[in-house]
Amino acid sequence: MKIFGIKVPMMSSLLLWGLLWEVVGRLDLTFFVPPLSVVIVTLFGLVQTPVFINALAVTAYAFWVGVIFAVVIGIPVGILMGKSRLLDELLLPWVNIFLSAPLTALVPVLMVLFGFGTKTIIITTTLFAIWIIILNARAGVKNINRSLVEMSRSFGASPLDAFFKIYFWAALPEILGGVRIGVIRAVKGVIIGQLLISIVGFGALFELYSSNFLMAEFWAVLIVLFALAFALSEFLGYLERKVAYYAATR
Amino acid sequence: MSQIDPATSRRASPVVDSAVSVRQVSKNYGDTKALENLSLEFPRGELTSLLGPSGCGKTTLLKIIAGLLPATSGQIEVAGKPVTGPGPDRAFVFQDFALLPWASVIRNVAFGLELRGVARSEREAKAEKYIRDVGLKGFEKSYPHELSGGMRQRVGLARALSVDAQVLLLDEPFSAVDEQTRRKFQEDLLALVENENKTFIFVTHSIEEAVYVSDQIAILLPRPSRVHEVIRPRISRNEGRGNIRRNTEYLDIVDEIWASLRSYVE
Repeated sequence: MKIFGIKVPMMSSLLLWGLLWEVVGRLDLTFFVPPLSVVIVTLFGLVQTPVFINALAVTAYAFWVGVIFAVVIGIPVGILMGKSRLLDELLLPWVNIFLSAPLTALVPVLMVLFGFGTKTIIITTTLFAIWIIILNARAGVKNINRSLVEMSRSFGASPLDAFFKIYFWAALPEILGGVRIGVIRAVKGVIIGQLLISIVGFGALFELYSSNFLMAEFWAVLIVLFALAFALSEFLGYLERKVAYYAATR
Repeated sequence: MSQIDPATSRRASPVVDSAVSVRQVSKNYGDTKALENLSLEFPRGELTSLLGPSGCGKTTLLKIIAGLLPATSGQIEVAGKPVTGPGPDRAFVFQDFALLPWASVIRNVAFGLELRGVARSEREAKAEKYIRDVGLKGFEKSYPHELSGGMRQRVGLARALSVDAQVLLLDEPFSAVDEQTRRKFQEDLLALVENENKTFIFVTHSIEEAVYVSDQIAILLPRPSRVHEVIRPRISRNEGRGNIRRNTEYLDIVDEIWASLRSYVE
């Protein structure tokens, strides 16, 4: 974007919003909004504390394990659903139901089933992420150029070859799109899980800060989480663009 | 194959050596008859065209020969062995090229060999040779989306040649490329038939193209699909490929085929 002929770098509008936050904070309207500068100073102090590092480690662990389960199960299931009518008929209603279901309501049930620990959080994360990954992988396979499939058959591809050398790659643009959205949903899943259980990771931190009115710390943690989620989503968007060149020509 | 099926001998001139035999093949889609009782012989080392109006089942027949579609009844033999599915004795060239968009030219050309478990260095050496043969030297590392339609089909052709199948099945291979590229392709195809000693089965809807490249033309008619006539154009190609299109025999056959087909074209 250009303003008065000067090129403005991307996302510099954030400066403006940051300034507004600072002004509102300085006006001392509410304890709920401390000035941004205070929040940022707190942030740099906070990220070095063992409490924060421990919360980040616990969360990152649950998050990655949950995402890996969602990806490793979701992509093959989606591809197989795209290939097989029978499997599709069997599973598609469930996938659609869970995709639109308010999964938060399931977390208390999961707590009863799997306890108040990491296991429940991992399962929550996976449940948030997996459905869109399945659905996108399935859509990618459904869009596959039939003659690519015939080509691999005519040159003698085994079903395993076809799966790994044709279906997976042909569906990759959709798969990556699904993984990107799935990962964003997994961030929600892991935080919602922790908040509801509220004795582990960031959930415990939020509980601690908000009940003691430590707003600067509260916002600092939130900013870190937002930034991490955004960076993750941008990175996956970048991967997606790398394969976009063939999405149109399959 | 010295024995000739009575159904074909009525129309075709006697065939001594068939690379591919199609006997009484029918294909139904539900109640619709795509092919009915179709018999045809494909002489070894020659190029046979399947020519006909759209909907006459020529691509269906080609895919049945390739083993990509099962026939409802009847029998296909390639080099004396019945066809039950795709096999290494046949290679297919696709109308829409069917290249892997995520793979370089050399991997695409070597893909048939890759599926057969040939070692990387060996299959790439072979692929390089055929990339050179089809005139794409220097494009080994390019990707399909960086190539023109004509060049893409050369990749498809190189892929089919590199697996060294005895029978090449070409499904309207030149219909998606521009007219000039098409002419160049047709000339190259004649050279290929001459040099490669393979059997070519070529589906086309262009009469001129069929007469230009074929040793034998099977004219298929629709509803129900059947072989109407088998023509063996005996155009002298010794005067050079550039002169074929002025040859009176060539022009007569084009006219004759058009006369028999025109009533079937809506």
